[in-house]
Amino acid sequence: MTGRGADGISPADAAVAGGQVTGEVLTGDTLAGAAREAPGEHDASRADTRTKDNRAWFLVLPVVVSVAFTAVIPLMTVVNFSVQDIFSPTDRIFVGLDWFRDVARDPEVRAAFLRTLLFSAQVLLLEIPLGVALAVSMPRRGPWASAALVVVALPLLIPWNVVGTIWQIFARGDIGLGGWAVNTIPGVDFNYTLDSTDAWITVLLMDVWHWTPLVALLAYAGLRSIPDPYFQAAQIDGASGWATFRHIQLPRLRGVLTIAILLRFMDSFMIYTEPFVVTGGGPGNATSFLSILLSKIAVGQFDLGPAGAFSLLYFLIVQIVSYVFFTVLTRTGR
Amino acid sequence: MARAAGPPAAATGRRPPAVAATARRQLPWARTVFWLYAATLMLPLLWMFGMSIRPNEDILGGFSLIPQRVTFDNYQTFFTDSVWYSSYLNSIVYTSMNAVMSLVVALPAAYAFSRFRFAGDKHLFFWLLTNRMAPPAVFLLPFFQIYQSVGLFDTHLGVAVAHMLFNVPLAVWILEGFMSGIPREIDETAAIDGYSLPRFFIRIFLPMIRSAIGVTAFFCFMFSWVELLIARTITSVNAKPIAATMTRTVSAAGVDWGLLAAAGVLTIIPGAVVIWFVRNYIAKGFALGRV
Repeated sequence: MTGRGADGISPADAAVAGGQVTGEVLTGDTLAGAAREAPGEHDASRADTRTKDNRAWFLVLPVVVSVAFTAVIPLMTVVNFSVQDIFSPTDRIFVGLDWFRDVARDPEVRAAFLRTLLFSAQVLLLEIPLGVALAVSMPRRGPWASAALVVVALPLLIPWNVVGTIWQIFARGDIGLGGWAVNTIPGVDFNYTLDSTDAWITVLLMDVWHWTPLVALLAYAGLRSIPDPYFQAAQIDGASGWATFRHIQLPRLRGVLTIAILLRFMDSFMIYTEPFVVTGGGPGNATSFLSILLSKIAVGQFDLGPAGAFSLLYFLIVQIVSYVFFTVLTRTGR
Repeated sequence: MARAAGPPAAATGRRPPAVAATARRQLPWARTVFWLYAATLMLPLLWMFGMSIRPNEDILGGFSLIPQRVTFDNYQTFFTDSVWYSSYLNSIVYTSMNAVMSLVVALPAAYAFSRFRFAGDKHLFFWLLTNRMAPPAVFLLPFFQIYQSVGLFDTHLGVAVAHMLFNVPLAVWILEGFMSGIPREIDETAAIDGYSLPRFFIRIFLPMIRSAIGVTAFFCFMFSWVELLIARTITSVNAKPIAATMTRTVSAAGVDWGLLAAAGVLTIIPGAVVIWFVRNYIAKGFALGRV
């Protein structure tokens, strides 16, 4: 295999060859799968040549056990909260789905839901194109490539509450560089503690600053995995920079961008620490996202029943939307 | 779709550099735009650094681009106060433990997902991912109760285990992509040569996916390092993370911004070191598969 790779055949080709070789000793449908996938060679590693073997469960078992311990038991407790009215540890009544009904009808929850959805949509629309643009323009060789990677990755490595703290100061009009610059240079009256639009912009900018690097890193890694012959072919055909990007680079980024979109959706929809530190959900309700409202109910008011129902609905929405993204992104462009 | 390990490296080695350089030519202004962005990106960080080297009165006193008085008192406080430096060490300890543990359980699982079909594999895979989506606010209370009842409360191991909740699914996801890029012929050849699965895995397979392990370790480290809510809930003193210490800088005199900024600057360092080590792996190119 290594020999073939060195001769300039892309590893994907090699994988197809491997798939067909192994296909012969496997079941008929895997062979058909390999053959069907063969023409679209860039999808070759997707050709399902995997052996059917339920003993593989033993290899997965450690993951299932560890995740079950950290996820399933707490989830069961939350389910337990959500169907009971808890007055004290010994005094509780089963209330069925009452809490779910209450939460779903609560106008405050609905407003926060729409706000969070809008925020996630803006985050995706800003960060995905910006991240890809960054990845395309990043240096790829030499010492500057390493330096660029480290610089771009820095915001990702800062604890979330520190990110909040940085922006809390940075965006202040009186003592922060960002707020001061906006107040002085265009002469706009910018104050995120009083004006709800300013608060929204601050939180959004902070998220773009914080998370675009993740998209950029993933996209950069994806770009690096495109074999050079593709670029050489494009050059021979006289393709413009844009055409090269549109027809060679972008299609090959589908895999990493799926991950980037999913991760960014999940994390922006559940954003808590950073806006909590910067604005605390205010001014008024301007940046009170679902998670902030939820922790107000759970921790502030200690209403475990509604909070339990709330988090289950929340969890369900994130899962459904993620599943839709996952399915749409993996089905299109095949 | 991963073509990180093995063959591609050989291919890159032999390519005439001149061709490669022109083939990957970029728009002339792209580099400039990139460095402009990078400079903008650094502004808030530089501002934090600027805050960390001035006294509190100067920070709150008014706006000034360049610090009027430079002081390293904030850093000195950090390194002499055991609450600060021990929580910094705590974070490093549990983060490293988490990265190792996540890798150990994720490696066989990722291998299983990339090589075998088994009952419920697709559902299991999505279920793993859903664990990244649990809203933390309400899960915190059961976390607290569980970790206290099993004796993991306020231990490094406890935090490391808790962070596996979101790191293990991610690790499986990344590793599976890399592993799927390695031809199955290698497994079969090794089997014919008489290698047992565990021996093949450790002797042959793991060295082949070194870069995948590096990248995964980086992501595990990163997500564990920046997480605050869970870590804060299941610790009190002995394993208290640095991020939690930073939320408690409010004293009678108000928030100690200088010290907070100094701690913030220091929290960036371990991550920067880790990414420096894995930069070549990221640069070599990885793509996460299965999607």
